[in-house]
Amino acid sequence: MQVPATFAYERADSVPHALELLERYGPEARVVAGGHSLIPMMKLRLAQPEALIDINGLAGELGRIAVEGDELAIGAMVRHTELLESVTATDLFPIFRDAERVIADPIVRNRGTVGGSLCQGDPSEDLAAVFAALRATAVVQGPGGVRTVPVRRFHQGPYETAVAPNELLIQLRVPVAAGTGSAYEKVERRAGDWPVAAAGAVLRIEGGTIVQAGIGLTAVGAPHFCAPEAETYLEGREPGEEAFAEAGRIAAEGCAPHADQRGPADYKRHLAAELTRRALVRAAGRS
Amino acid sequence: MSFGRMHRKEDARFIRGRGTYTDDVRLPGMLYGAILRSPHAHARIVSVDTSAAEAHPKVRAVITGQTLAGLNLAWMPTLSNDIQAVLATDKVRFQGQEVAFVVAEDPYSARDALELIDVDYEPLDAVIDARKALDPGAPVIRDDLEGRTGNHIFDWEAGDRARTDAVFERAEVTVAQDMLYPRVHPAPLETCGAVADFDKVTGKLTVWCPTQAPHAHRTLYAMVAGLPEHKIRVISPDIGGGFGGKVGIYPGYVCAIVGSIVTGKPVKWMEDRSENLMSTAFARDYHMRGEIAATRDGRIQGIRVKVLADHGAFNGTAQPTKFPAGFFHVFSGSYDIETAHCEVTGVYTNKAPGGVAYACSFRVTEAVYLVERMVDVLAAELGMDPAELRLRNLLKPEQFPYTSPTGWEYDSGDYPKALRLAMDLAGYDKLRAEQADKRARGELMGIGVSFFTEAVGAGPRKHMDILGLGMADGAELRVHPTGKAVLRVSCQSQGQGHETTFAQIVGQELGIPADDVEVVHGDTDQTPFGLGTYGSRSTPVSGAATAIVARKVRDRAKIVAAAMLEASPDDLEWADGRWSVVGDPSTGKSLAEIALAAHSNLELPEGVEGHLDAVTVYNPPNLTYPFGAYICVVDVDPGTGQVKVRRFVAVDDCGVRINPMIVEGQIHGGLADGVGMALMQVMAFDEDGNHLGASFMDYLLPTSMECPSWELGETVTPSPTHPIGAKGVGESATVGSPAAVVNAVVDALAPYGVRHADMPLTPANVWRVVNGNPFRTDLAVP
Ligand SMILES: Cc1cc2nc3c(=O)[nH]c(=O)nc-3n(C[C@H](O)[C@H](O)[C@H](O)COP(=O)(O)OP(=O)(O)OC[C@H]3O[C@@H](n4cnc5c(N)ncnc54)[C@H](O)[C@@H]3O)c2cc1C
Repeated sequence: MQVPATFAYERADSVPHALELLERYGPEARVVAGGHSLIPMMKLRLAQPEALIDINGLAGELGRIAVEGDELAIGAMVRHTELLESVTATDLFPIFRDAERVIADPIVRNRGTVGGSLCQGDPSEDLAAVFAALRATAVVQGPGGVRTVPVRRFHQGPYETAVAPNELLIQLRVPVAAGTGSAYEKVERRAGDWPVAAAGAVLRIEGGTIVQAGIGLTAVGAPHFCAPEAETYLEGREPGEEAFAEAGRIAAEGCAPHADQRGPADYKRHLAAELTRRALVRAAGRS
Repeated sequence: MSFGRMHRKEDARFIRGRGTYTDDVRLPGMLYGAILRSPHAHARIVSVDTSAAEAHPKVRAVITGQTLAGLNLAWMPTLSNDIQAVLATDKVRFQGQEVAFVVAEDPYSARDALELIDVDYEPLDAVIDARKALDPGAPVIRDDLEGRTGNHIFDWEAGDRARTDAVFERAEVTVAQDMLYPRVHPAPLETCGAVADFDKVTGKLTVWCPTQAPHAHRTLYAMVAGLPEHKIRVISPDIGGGFGGKVGIYPGYVCAIVGSIVTGKPVKWMEDRSENLMSTAFARDYHMRGEIAATRDGRIQGIRVKVLADHGAFNGTAQPTKFPAGFFHVFSGSYDIETAHCEVTGVYTNKAPGGVAYACSFRVTEAVYLVERMVDVLAAELGMDPAELRLRNLLKPEQFPYTSPTGWEYDSGDYPKALRLAMDLAGYDKLRAEQADKRARGELMGIGVSFFTEAVGAGPRKHMDILGLGMADGAELRVHPTGKAVLRVSCQSQGQGHETTFAQIVGQELGIPADDVEVVHGDTDQTPFGLGTYGSRSTPVSGAATAIVARKVRDRAKIVAAAMLEASPDDLEWADGRWSVVGDPSTGKSLAEIALAAHSNLELPEGVEGHLDAVTVYNPPNLTYPFGAYICVVDVDPGTGQVKVRRFVAVDDCGVRINPMIVEGQIHGGLADGVGMALMQVMAFDEDGNHLGASFMDYLLPTSMECPSWELGETVTPSPTHPIGAKGVGESATVGSPAAVVNAVVDALAPYGVRHADMPLTPANVWRVVNGNPFRTDLAVP
């Protein structure tokens, strides 16, 4: 039996209540959402928070998926399964379906949340690449009120995010535009495993020309989970196998993968190129 | 009558969550133990300070190697005549080794207190790469043993070296291949643990633990701890998977016992997942070089192999004493080969002890993998179809019983029939045609064939023992007055369905429904002696004992029936589950009628006691030799290296099938294991000896997503030496399937000139192999 160290436990019943509890317990307190990243680390005693602030009571308040104006709003407490099953989200952005089908397994997806995924800041998180590709904006609330952070500035290093200890991530907002196609490609060693590498692509094509490209990469050491040079290369070009292969090559150059038991660095870099290319091909087919 | 498909009797409790596992055992006043483990692979222990842990308000005892040394229990014998530290005294020799044991009022406090123990280590260089263990100047791991100057454990050989070398010298074709069967772990879902309860008043020790061999455990406790054997009771309750990893005695069991003796309370210790993966019995870890000599037209003449066996820090493999490499020397496999020779060298490394565990039939897995890979390497060299090459060399039915070049006596088989059936089921020729089309389009599809011969059912006891305990099994059968029966056996199911299968054997022999037979197992106070369940030996040995003890009861029933019918026993015949006067079925007496009579005031002939019970001990005359032919079809994505197992055809021959559904379940599980080993499972270590597979995030078990819908076929060649012709099947699929998967992947990669790739064939590994730059799968990925 793996058992965590002792901790205090509080249940929040609203966002202000959660913020108040965070304030009261200080920086050694941690929010728990789905718990599928935090609890395993506590059981291994890699994380030993003094207090857990349970925000599952906010699932109603922070669990909505809706189009608001020209943005798709996704609450931080949306579970992976809910995103996977949301026709609103996946019709607009099939990248969500592609990615969510291969994140963890149904048991983890039933509990794990979108907000938890991003706040965990794991360098291999799938949704980090997805939201980076989508150029989403994170909405963060703290004692001083609400602020927004572009997702591409949300992650500040491995396991480090823009959310301060006394703040909550409450929502993600994704710009919606016509003519957009999106896709996600992942290589895992086994169903339910973290990615060896994965790439997401979002293409807005108008009149046969790429007007905007978004490329997200995870597990390959891509700064901020994206590939801006490859995106720039694509913008203004016609979609096509060669352009996508070149974009993949450029994207891979911007990565700094580490070897681990999932694979050596050269392989991961190769996957960054190959999966970017494949995701772009599929995204173009969907635009 | 009773053989055939029936639902498992044990399923009713398992699917309702009503099984009783070791962790479900709760005794009044029970305390909880936890083990402090070494973070280092190799380090000298300078000091251990337990004072802060002892001061913890809920801690009742802290036990260290020094405490145990005072009781002469710091070291215990392994199953291979070595010794293993229970709690380290001088050095730690692998990461995760047991250093101290805390007993506390609850499991949380026990874990908290571990963090209060202060151990001062002086790190030493570690021996991680087995290929460097014998280098001059390599750190000496076992300096505790008198006179040890290196890490060599044993050299062992089998077969005829001179004759084999001669065949190789004049052979038209020879091929050689280095290959690694990496270190893997059986990873049962239930981890190991124990509840020990020493009663100071009666002096009786009761130990609940998930052991596959309860009687062997009891005897070993008696020998090690000096407790009288009749004062030890080992209870193995329901077990959540064993696969060989629950044969031996682990330090935690001894610690729980000592904890109970010291505190006077029952003590429970359950390891967690990481502890299980890091410290309990591993499997395989064979570095092999195989060679085959053949004629140009594909007649295999000789096979030889050199093995470097990584045994970890203590030599604790669980196999018959005579055979330090288990049954590896069945590596001539299913083929008619003139001569064979193998050499095995065992070495110590700074890794956990163990060996053989994981459904391998005492290393038949490694042997089958070696020969089946080598046959494919030869096929590639000769440009011959691998199925055709096998058909050309398989033993013929008329050659049985067959004595192999290394001395095994295969009991029975029709190998070509099994392979042809598998090829038919797979549509072999069509698959090859499809593959040719795909290759022309640049797509990678592979077809892998493997054929295996298993050697299971150890004894006979003159050849097979563990620490001097011969491998024969007892059985006791008692028929109650109303004709219901209770069978007591020594082996212990870990999911194999013994409560059903063995009841069916009794039912078949006595003409009663299997539901009328209760099978008692796992409790040494209630069952006769025997060596336990591993090496697929339960049906071959305890199952045979069951058939024989039932026949004894049937013979006794005949005498009682004769008295009931006022006839001579010689005039009775057994038909349709009844004893009747020859030619007059209307006189038939069922077992229930006879049982009641046997308990009644019926006058019995002189010399016959009442009741209807019998006991027996079965000493198998030979092993049994199940076999099978497997065909695997894979698709490989050249851009990512991902392997998809598209189809898997498995034809198994395990002799007579008692419950075909249980047999198929065993095969399904074994095939999944095989896919897991071939594609994802490995315990690698970095150069400092850190275990890189110590959780299920890093040590991957296959899921249904990686497994195709298995396509099974069967042939039935009864074993001539087994009373009901059964051969055992628990490990067949684990033994036979990895080679089929690897052969399929290598076949898919043939356009790149690939002839071999080591397991596990992860996407990264496959991609590197395609690019001609494979990495060592047993070390940290570079
Ligand atoms: C077996 C397994 C397999 C997995 N496989 C994958 C995979 O393939 N790909 C992948 O991307 N992920 C994978 N995951 C991770 C999974 O996606 C995350 O565990 C999960 O979604 C994180 O969300 P959570 O709600 O469980 O977070 P929690 O564990 O509850 O929290 C994670 C961190 O985020 C913080 N946090 C949570 N919510 C907020 C918030 N609203 N505001 C501020 N901070 C917050 C917590 O304090 C904590 O530090 C896997 C996990 C498991 C257990």
